[in-house]
Amino acid sequence: MYSQGLDNLGDLPPEQEAELVATFQARIDAEEKIEPKDWMPARYRHTLVRQISQHAHSEVVGMLPEGNWLTRAPSLHRKAILLAKVQDEAGHGAYLYSAAETLGVSRQEMVDDLIAGKARYSSIFNYPTPTWADVGAIGWLVDGAAIINQVPLCRCSYGPYARAMVRICREESFHQRQGYDIMQSLCSGTDAQREMAQDALNRWWWPSLMMFGPPDSDSVHSDQSMAWKIKRFSNDDLRQKFIDITIPQAEHLGLNVPDPDLRWDEESQHYEFGPIDWEEFSAVLAGDGPCNEERADAFAHKYEDGAWVREAAAAYAQKHTTQSKGKS
Amino acid sequence: MSQQEYILRFADTALIASQRLCEWVGHAPELEEELALANLGLDMLGQARKLLVHAGSFSEPVQSEDDLAMHRSIGEFRNLSLVEQPNGDFAFTIVRQVLLSAWQELLYSELLHSSDEVLADFAKTHLPEVSYHWRYASTWFLRMGDGTEESHRRAQEALDTLWRFTGELFTVDAVDAAAQSSGVGPDLTQLQPLWLSRVATLCNESTLFLPTGKPSRWFGKQGDHGEALGFLLADLQSLPRAHDGASW
Repeated sequence: MYSQGLDNLGDLPPEQEAELVATFQARIDAEEKIEPKDWMPARYRHTLVRQISQHAHSEVVGMLPEGNWLTRAPSLHRKAILLAKVQDEAGHGAYLYSAAETLGVSRQEMVDDLIAGKARYSSIFNYPTPTWADVGAIGWLVDGAAIINQVPLCRCSYGPYARAMVRICREESFHQRQGYDIMQSLCSGTDAQREMAQDALNRWWWPSLMMFGPPDSDSVHSDQSMAWKIKRFSNDDLRQKFIDITIPQAEHLGLNVPDPDLRWDEESQHYEFGPIDWEEFSAVLAGDGPCNEERADAFAHKYEDGAWVREAAAAYAQKHTTQSKGKS
Repeated sequence: MSQQEYILRFADTALIASQRLCEWVGHAPELEEELALANLGLDMLGQARKLLVHAGSFSEPVQSEDDLAMHRSIGEFRNLSLVEQPNGDFAFTIVRQVLLSAWQELLYSELLHSSDEVLADFAKTHLPEVSYHWRYASTWFLRMGDGTEESHRRAQEALDTLWRFTGELFTVDAVDAAAQSSGVGPDLTQLQPLWLSRVATLCNESTLFLPTGKPSRWFGKQGDHGEALGFLLADLQSLPRAHDGASW
């Protein structure tokens, strides 16, 4: 499918191979977009499939922790906003699966890989949403971190991914604002509501910082992704940017960020923060988070339970295509 | 009071239908159906909110949408029994939606001429939505009925189970009669042959049989609900009831 066969550089004479790679890199350096039918190195294609499918899975699995509150949103206004937000996430999943499909992999293959445990989704969604304030904290912090991560992807070298991200970022920005608005309502509410908001911040703060990935010193994929302009900024730079933006927002809410080492550094003009527990990050990534099994089971059951529906649609389409061919 | 109760019947029907559709989100059989069911849910919720505000305007003092949605007890809800039935499988949800959307499309077409200007304006805005719901649900109904043996069986079972709740859609009681005589609402009995014709044609195309079961004489629109609605309301109302007086 597509031009995958041509990606295999081993089939080409060395001079031709070097020329293709050089032309490809020159296009990237000149900020040209790489499109689906263009030649690309197999590793570039592989990196994008891994990243875009992981992003798509994250959108779809990410519907679960917030979807958990759709039937219990505390007002009809909040319910409507949350329902629109969760629907947006399904839409993001659909765009992103389509963007990945332009690289020669089907949505079904990507879904099968997730069910088989061969693909991942963002670890943040392995944390639970026991209270309404978690919906606010996810919007404020998780979507806030996602925006910082994703805005540079609008300039990603791969055209279909970059274009999908433009729309996604616009919607994520609305999601972040609705999350902060929930937190504002809680923080200006009753004592119980403020406690709920503080408790959610306590639980989501450190996992949100982990969303930017391991420190630059340990990041496996960073250098090549930077050269290919899939990635534009390092994990640590993006994390620092998030912290610098978010601390004043927490102060405005009157909430305490759960980090005793947090302080403003006048010299660097950045916040300094305490050590991140990377063992916790690795454990959740390896499957030992509070909701890893629930999320994986829910995703797999959805596909198992829906199999007969998809079969019915296929059988109906088959019958009616045959009938219309018979008539013509 | 009776006009308020009449409007609440449509408001609560939309609200409870929306709540049931929300339960699907994250669990639908395909990503495109996640989008579609959420879309139907959003439409129903938008309709419910407008109608609740209108119904609340008849109270003294005026009641808000959340006063009505979150702080009434089960016997005060006026939704059709049809929409409170639990989702079941995808076939059950689709059949329930077909029966409801066919009725709402006919009803809203009549409400365009309502003497209640708010209701007439509401119908004008939301008729295209319920027309789309009918198209979406009837397309799936065809695929279910004329798909595989399993989908056919599931759709027929759903139709047989839900049929007894359809008598309520066309039964005129004192509240409906008062609305009709003041020009607020249509004669529901006149909608029945049109509705039946649409549903029968669809069943025929789908190779499903139109049930002949006896209609239930317990009507949600009069406040007589089954047990399932209590659980739905426990979910819907838990937070505002646990934090009385709080703003969200």
